[in-house]
Amino acid sequence: MSTDASTLGLAHNEAVEHPDTVAMQTFGFWLYLMSDLIIFATLFATFAVLGRNYAGGPTGKDLFHLPYTLGETLFLLFSSVTYGLVMLAVHDGRRKRVLVGLAVAFLLGVGFVSLEINEFHSMIAAGHGPDQSAFLSSFFTLVGTHGTHVTFGLIWMAVMMGQVAVKGLTSPVQSRLLRLGMFWHFLDIVWIGIFSIVYLMGVM
Amino acid sequence: MFGKLSLAAIPESPITLTAVAGALLLGLVILGLITYYKKWTYLYQEWLTSLDHKKIGIMYIILALVMLLRGFSDAILMRGQQAIAVGGSLGYLTPDHFNQIFSAHGSIMIVFMAMPFLVGLMNITVPQQIGARDVAFPFLNSLSLWLTAAGALLVMVSLGLGEFSKAGWSGYAPLTETRYSPGVGPDYWIWAFQIAGIGSTLSGINFLVTIFKRRAPGMTLMRMPLFVWTTVCTMVLVVWAFPVLTATLAMLTLDRYLGMHLFTNTLGGNLMMYVNLFWTWGHPEVYIVILPAFGIFSEVAATFSGKRLFGYRSMVYATAAITVLSFSVWLHHFFTMGAGPNVNLFFGIATMMIAIPTGVKTFNWLFTMYRGRIRFASPMYWTLGFIVTFAIGGAAGVMLSIPPADYVLHNSLFLIAHFHSVLIAGSLFGFLAGYYYWFPKAVGFSLREDWGKRAFWCWLIGFYLAFIPLYVLGFMGMPRRLAHYDNPAWHPYLLVASLGTAVIGLGIVFMGIQLLFSIKERRSLSDPTGDPWDGRTLEWLTSSPPAVYNFPTIPIVEEIDAFMDMKEKGVAYRLPEQYNDIVLPKNAPHGMILGGLTFLFGFAMVWYIWWLAILASLGLLVTVIARSIDDDIHYLIPAAEVERIETERYRQLASVAPRGPAEEQTIPEPVPEM
Amino acid sequence: MKRKRYFPFVGFLALGAVTFLAGCSTIVLFDPKGPIGESERFVIIIAAVLMAIVVVPVFIMAFWFPRKYRASNTEATYMPKWSYSAKIDSFMWGVPIAIVTVLAILAWTRTHSLDPFKPIPSAAKPLTIEAVCLDWKWLFIYPDQNIAAVNQITFPVKVPLSFKITSDTVMGSFFIPQLGSQIYAMAGMQTRLHLLADKPGTYAGQNQQLTGRGYANMRFQAKAVSPEEFQAWVQKIRQSPEKLDLDRYEQLAKPSAGYYPVTYFSAVKSGLYEYILRKYDPNWREDPSPMSRGSLSTSRGTDVSKED
Repeated sequence: MSTDASTLGLAHNEAVEHPDTVAMQTFGFWLYLMSDLIIFATLFATFAVLGRNYAGGPTGKDLFHLPYTLGETLFLLFSSVTYGLVMLAVHDGRRKRVLVGLAVAFLLGVGFVSLEINEFHSMIAAGHGPDQSAFLSSFFTLVGTHGTHVTFGLIWMAVMMGQVAVKGLTSPVQSRLLRLGMFWHFLDIVWIGIFSIVYLMGVM
Repeated sequence: MFGKLSLAAIPESPITLTAVAGALLLGLVILGLITYYKKWTYLYQEWLTSLDHKKIGIMYIILALVMLLRGFSDAILMRGQQAIAVGGSLGYLTPDHFNQIFSAHGSIMIVFMAMPFLVGLMNITVPQQIGARDVAFPFLNSLSLWLTAAGALLVMVSLGLGEFSKAGWSGYAPLTETRYSPGVGPDYWIWAFQIAGIGSTLSGINFLVTIFKRRAPGMTLMRMPLFVWTTVCTMVLVVWAFPVLTATLAMLTLDRYLGMHLFTNTLGGNLMMYVNLFWTWGHPEVYIVILPAFGIFSEVAATFSGKRLFGYRSMVYATAAITVLSFSVWLHHFFTMGAGPNVNLFFGIATMMIAIPTGVKTFNWLFTMYRGRIRFASPMYWTLGFIVTFAIGGAAGVMLSIPPADYVLHNSLFLIAHFHSVLIAGSLFGFLAGYYYWFPKAVGFSLREDWGKRAFWCWLIGFYLAFIPLYVLGFMGMPRRLAHYDNPAWHPYLLVASLGTAVIGLGIVFMGIQLLFSIKERRSLSDPTGDPWDGRTLEWLTSSPPAVYNFPTIPIVEEIDAFMDMKEKGVAYRLPEQYNDIVLPKNAPHGMILGGLTFLFGFAMVWYIWWLAILASLGLLVTVIARSIDDDIHYLIPAAEVERIETERYRQLASVAPRGPAEEQTIPEPVPEM
Repeated sequence: MKRKRYFPFVGFLALGAVTFLAGCSTIVLFDPKGPIGESERFVIIIAAVLMAIVVVPVFIMAFWFPRKYRASNTEATYMPKWSYSAKIDSFMWGVPIAIVTVLAILAWTRTHSLDPFKPIPSAAKPLTIEAVCLDWKWLFIYPDQNIAAVNQITFPVKVPLSFKITSDTVMGSFFIPQLGSQIYAMAGMQTRLHLLADKPGTYAGQNQQLTGRGYANMRFQAKAVSPEEFQAWVQKIRQSPEKLDLDRYEQLAKPSAGYYPVTYFSAVKSGLYEYILRKYDPNWREDPSPMSRGSLSTSRGTDVSKED
């Protein structure tokens, strides 16, 4: 292998990585996702225990509008589906397609976050903020933590759009897109838990 | 502009001010010495920005030892207070101050002494033991170190600005809620734990991936050294348990900062939720700090008995059993909450069951010694001291696991004596044994045995003097955390306990002397072969200290105790036939920068300095993105350079004649004693 | 050097001897004055004996093996590859499993019989005492006698005591070591404790869970007396000029400095105890069964105190 300084930079990207670098990074990321799942599990458990403590205030039935929740769900779901298409384009090496797909997924994700911020805002403005009861505290905490994760995912997605545009679909970029995809789908799964346990069960 | 921070934050207590002045002075002296000897560049390039697991490990251990001193100072103050504050006397510490001291003591010892110590030892040793060049994610490794340091710095800063939490290391709600603790104390505690906790979780992921993906060819799971097994199990606990702490502290933060009602007394909050969640992390945490010590004792017992570890398979299963069971016992920390006999029994019996694999391990260590040839170097002393003392502490634990016994012993000094028995004689003795055992590997010279043995005896005798009286006091009905008391019958026992603390202090002084003298005499104590103990595992194959790449070629493993196997087959010390270029991670300042920014963020959050918190957060984001974009993060050591290093090493080896295979007839060479 | 290793062992024995010589009466857990404490002492002693079955052999082996197999003793058998024995393995797992099984049975029976919520069977009519953990003292209300006291309770010997315990602050733990079990005191919740004193005496009571600055001051006296002395005590309290109405209670509930002196109240606002509970859980109701442990998710809290 070349020790020539001028070729070092180039040689690194390929030669440097152990043959299983991507597998290692993916495995590590899975472990991180599992730890994140435990954070959510803790918040779900808290909601399960405290979620009926209304302190004389409004319940889920009073506050939740299922059509609205459906809207949020569709935004997030389609963002995930779009991302799936992005990964197919990555596999095919189609850079422009990847960029467009990421942009669409990003916008759909922004749509989800906007709807959620709007929901929180209107609840707080109506006097049903997280400081009013344990039910509201645990609701805002669980759903808000999920929304925060989505926001960080969107930041990551924007950074990846920059990386794809500037560097192209190099091996490290592909590996990062793979992990972002795992993160994004993971958040979708957590959302399924949320709309089932918080919204659907809350309204029934 | 500065949020809640003002000059009023500077404490008034003369004791505190003296401590702060002392710490600042010491800091200035150290900075001055570095400047005087013009070592800043060296420090920055060789240590602070290093992604080498061996250096990161050493830095972790330095942090742990410094925090041991801080936590021990808290212990001295507590014992001193309780030795005096009987009857009419209120001692020299106000209850507020005393409450901060025991809260800091526990917090520091668990999160900022034990955790860094064990992660540091794992860092130095595990990659070598599995025949790897580094951990799976070297940058994450550096980040974990600096996050831990950031948390420790927050605790230290709380000494001079504001106050620390007064609610105990467990921070129970609603005492830690704003209503009952309106000051900055709990916030310091929350952010210090939260930041360090993220560092720990990242280490957990790192070591699991390293061990599952980076083992040398031939090293199947059942050929791994026990210390690697205990690392796997410890890190499984870390990845599963720490997120619970992260979420729980985050919820307490939301209660305190945004007025939520998760754990408050009113509007539907429930303190029982906090207690359950805290201990869902808290119990696995204590197994996190003991399992690595168990692993170290396994290595030491085998090496210094010149014999294979007895019952390897049993040891692995026992460790795995402890790991799984440790998630099912958390309620035993609050049997007295009134959960009902069936609930209490489930957790009590699960707790008793954990004693079974622990007992199995104890017997296995003893039978490792049986029919061995035992050399009494320092690590063996700590091991024997551990076995005897841990048996007492463990028995006390089993007693506490029976709910009705716990109903009268919960939160008494019996409990304190129990957990200090297992934490000091278990975890700390284990880490110290590891420190003595792997010191020559890490730095290239051994520690003087004479001062080491003196230190050990002080620790052992001091421990018994300090804690056996506490078992008795528990039976005498004395609760924990008392700033003052009026039962004179308790007094003599507390005096004996103070004497014990002083003896332990002497032990710490002896350890300091040992370190200084050993550094001074390092040439005569040097370890030229890399195998000062006639070791059995792969870390003893490398030089002391190892080359930055550990192994010129990755070894092939055929047996348990891979290195001893190689020595017996005569293939241990052979120059490679072919050298290859070796690729290693470049240094990077980002870990340190992120640690510093996180400290600033935590500090800003404690004092409600919102602009600083936002700025620090943005800085964190920018730094993370900058690092993640960088693809040029490796450097290459050419094959010729590797050959040069190895040839030089073997030239040195040849002049010393390394140990031959351990045969039955020879008495192993005695360890150099002064 | 081998001699020195016996030191901790000898030291331990010495300390133990001193302890017992010093007078068992100060080791209150081994000198219980009631059936709960006695049963708990029994559990502790049996557990200690069972643990000794493991601990003593460990001690023996930990001293004997290093001595016999030290490197300089070249006559001892050296088997560096010997690392497994099915017999030893089955013993190592089997003996602890057996011990834990016995302990589990002991735990099963005693945890049920010593459930703090379980009333003590007795011909005598139980005496109800409501205990409230405050910052930083204990308030005791005798609902049947309509009196109250701070930091002192008196009760007749051999009468079962039925404690109803709550808190108007953070979580504390109500404990009279010489009589038996402790139990947590939590706001908005009621825990129960049943104790009985067989012998007259004054027993130390305390708070066993950190509640803040004045935690060490939360000592109270628990006096077991004859029935006549108990009536006399009740009468004495009825002479007290102090009455525990709502205003006086709110004053009492404020954080106090130092040890709060024993105070008597000759009358108590009716329903004060329930009032304290409902500050935190407006829907709290007493369940007639003393074994009831309440529910986790009652609709707790109104806008009583936003400061929380």
